Amino acid sequence: MDHLDSLESQSVFIFREAFNRIEKLAMLWSLGKDSNVMIWLARKAFFGHVPFPAMHIDTEMKFPEMYEFRDRYVKEWGLNFISDTCPPVEEMDETLPPAARSAARKTAGLKALLATHGFEGVIAGIRRDEEGTRAKERYFSPRGERGTWDIKDQPPEFWGQFNTTFPPGTHLRIHPLLHWTEIDIWRYTLRENIPTVPLYFSQDGKRYRSLGDKDITFPIASEAATIPEIITELETTKISERSGRAMDHEAEDAFERLRTEGYM
Amino acid sequence: MPLSVCARKAICSPMNTGSNNNDSSNGGGGGGGESLKVAIVGHVDHGKSTLVGRLFHDTGSLPEGKFEAIQAMCERRGMPFEWAFLMDALQAERDQGVTIDTSQIWFRTAKRGYVIIDAPGHKEFLKNMITGAAASDAALLLIDAEEGIREQSRRHGYLLHLLGVRQVMVAVNKMDLVDFDRGRFDAIEREYRAYLGELGVTPTHFIPVSARQGDNIAQPSAAMAWYKGPTVLNALDDFQVVTQPDDLPLRFPIQDVYRFDDRRIIAGRIESGRLSVGDTLLFSPANRTGKVKSIEAWSVPGQPVQAGAGDGIGITLEEQIFVERGDLASHETNPPIESDVFRARLFWLGERDLGVGSRYTMKLNTKDMGVVVQSIERVVDTDDLSAREATGVARNEVAEVTLRADTMLALDEFSSSPQTGRFVLVDGYNISGGGIISMEGYADQRHLITRRASNIQRVEHDVTEENRQHRNGHQGAVLWFTGLSGSGKSTVAVAVERRLFNLGYQTYALDGDNVRHGLNADLGFSPEDRAENIRRIGEVAALISQAGLICITAFISPYRSDRDRARGAGGEQFSEIYIEADLATCEQRDPKGLYKKARAGEIPDFTGISAPYEAPDTPELVVDTAALSVDEAVERVVAYIQGRFAIDAKPVAD
Repeated sequence: MDHLDSLESQSVFIFREAFNRIEKLAMLWSLGKDSNVMIWLARKAFFGHVPFPAMHIDTEMKFPEMYEFRDRYVKEWGLNFISDTCPPVEEMDETLPPAARSAARKTAGLKALLATHGFEGVIAGIRRDEEGTRAKERYFSPRGERGTWDIKDQPPEFWGQFNTTFPPGTHLRIHPLLHWTEIDIWRYTLRENIPTVPLYFSQDGKRYRSLGDKDITFPIASEAATIPEIITELETTKISERSGRAMDHEAEDAFERLRTEGYM
Repeated sequence: MPLSVCARKAICSPMNTGSNNNDSSNGGGGGGGESLKVAIVGHVDHGKSTLVGRLFHDTGSLPEGKFEAIQAMCERRGMPFEWAFLMDALQAERDQGVTIDTSQIWFRTAKRGYVIIDAPGHKEFLKNMITGAAASDAALLLIDAEEGIREQSRRHGYLLHLLGVRQVMVAVNKMDLVDFDRGRFDAIEREYRAYLGELGVTPTHFIPVSARQGDNIAQPSAAMAWYKGPTVLNALDDFQVVTQPDDLPLRFPIQDVYRFDDRRIIAGRIESGRLSVGDTLLFSPANRTGKVKSIEAWSVPGQPVQAGAGDGIGITLEEQIFVERGDLASHETNPPIESDVFRARLFWLGERDLGVGSRYTMKLNTKDMGVVVQSIERVVDTDDLSAREATGVARNEVAEVTLRADTMLALDEFSSSPQTGRFVLVDGYNISGGGIISMEGYADQRHLITRRASNIQRVEHDVTEENRQHRNGHQGAVLWFTGLSGSGKSTVAVAVERRLFNLGYQTYALDGDNVRHGLNADLGFSPEDRAENIRRIGEVAALISQAGLICITAFISPYRSDRDRARGAGGEQFSEIYIEADLATCEQRDPKGLYKKARAGEIPDFTGISAPYEAPDTPELVVDTAALSVDEAVERVVAYIQGRFAIDAKPVAD
């Protein structure tokens, strides 16, 4: 079993645990590269099926290419798709820096969707190598009654056993991609021939390495126009993946604050 | 040697680079090749995070701008440069200068990719250390040369062993603070090697380092020319990637059964061994068998015909047998053990103490099961490996316990099957401990519950139970005496038999040696043979009872599982009589001189001394022979029999 096989197997195991243990389960689908790998892995786990809703928190600030991609693959992949738009930025915590405040809309949108549908488990495609607080995450990560994350007191998680029970009113975040890295995602996308939003590929010397809202996401200079070229670029780069995501960098603790409040 | 910023050419970015990024920009498993997970463990402030920082710096693995970002964070706090900030991503960690939770970061050597798992060294965060360390293939344990071996140095060493992390290297850090003194290094190596040796752990390397100055991290140390071994970086490359074992017997715990379409797919991950289409699988503990019809998979080049350890698979069976989550599939040869009681060495992380009689949910493979703590054998002091008796196990302690499950389990001993020989305990909503299984002193009950012959039909008697009761004036019964050796079982049994006989009862007493002369002459004293001995006696006693007699049995029968099985055979007519006397009283009586021999080590597995006695939970009658005379004890049993099994003679219904 090679590296990608073992990553896949671990993700499949987590998907199956979540599906068996959690009654009301949904998956977040951001339309990005990780999200698409995640849907692919769910179909691996459930033999072609995605037996829970794919949920899109719509900031209405995504790139047009992303909405096109969404409309096409909801049909092709036979997804049970649910979506809702986020509340306006004016309703967000005004002490947050501007980009973080904009990103906080997604947290509010997520909380609203959870409340509407009564989901007890939300599958999200975050990875440890993206960012420092995500590096400290659990596969099954409990959230408090207001969706908050208690980073100072996370449950132990070992030997393939997870905390799958939780008090009423709280929910679990499940992270089946936690152990993947950015380059793993591209290698797997290549191997499995998984569809991808074209914004990741270089046009006029620039490409997006990470996709978020268009007002707070920036392209990097790159000539990588194919997945093999992206992999070659990543093998040598020393620039971090989320360098083009404004909300991560406004203040030392901006992203931690977003996440403790319930951001992905 | 001062640290310098690693300037590297990089693709440009419109943004400044991350301030709180994890930033493993060029990490990953590398060319689809292998990746090794290494946990960094040891006592708080012995330099774990500094070593990671130094390793990343000296191998040019830091992302662009990371060094400056850390510098800025330190300046904001008015403190000197702190490598720990590379992984301490939480504000609270930076502000308090302590790693709270485990973190992971990626880097590469020429040989392969690495996932570095930083584990907190503070006792308060042991659960996070365990979360990190349990996920690793190997560990690097740090000891401060100046402070020496401390509480968590030993505890972490002990836990690595318990967690199944077999590869350990030790770095003695801060050698610069002891003038790179070889004597100091040698003394720590001697002491810690001896400690690990007692656990059966042999470290791969002992390396003197200074993480702050970079000695023996990526570069050999000029200041320690006396050290001839590898640097930490080279020693990392000596570790082996741990793969799940293909060559062990098949263990395939069932996660779920799917019916998304016309296929009924049994899904799970193979934990050890291999399976192929056409194999007959045994599902335990239900003991059903089925033949693998297909291995299902989605979007693969060709449908697989076999699968091995680590594969998350789905199969269909030829037969439609009942299979559910929690079942453990194996081949018919080398199946798992079946038992409802087992021993465990466990570490406890719960807020509340683990106590005798406490109930928890156990997660064993994919099975959730209620368990009760039957006994706490001992609590282990990880400082000097001494053991003490205790009534409770506190948070962060290690103990040896016996657990009893609500029903029969399929399990393995950790020593023979690490993947399936370990479990966690859940208290309330939280995983609160983990343990590894040993069956020492306890029997595999599989053959006791397996019905080998088929096409068996019971023959109805023409003489009915009522006919016999009418003639005898009493019902048939099994009076199952249990108690320690020397508690008075045989004495009371023989006297009860005589009294009942004199009162006109049909009665017969079964005693140990008599049975072993004939019926059980083929059995020895292994746990399995002892269990089989009691099983046969239970069946014989039930037959005698059905024949209308009062059957009295006098066997220590120390295990609840065995007595429960005898109760199952005896049915309504079965009564458990606890012949109670404390160990000290029994040992003082010692009618056959057995305790003396057991104390001298001449009799292995002697109940009460070197093997457990599980007292009955709810016996029908307790006879305290420490307080009662033999006559009083006999009267009590006879009174019970008269009250329960005597009947007034009355005409038979037909």
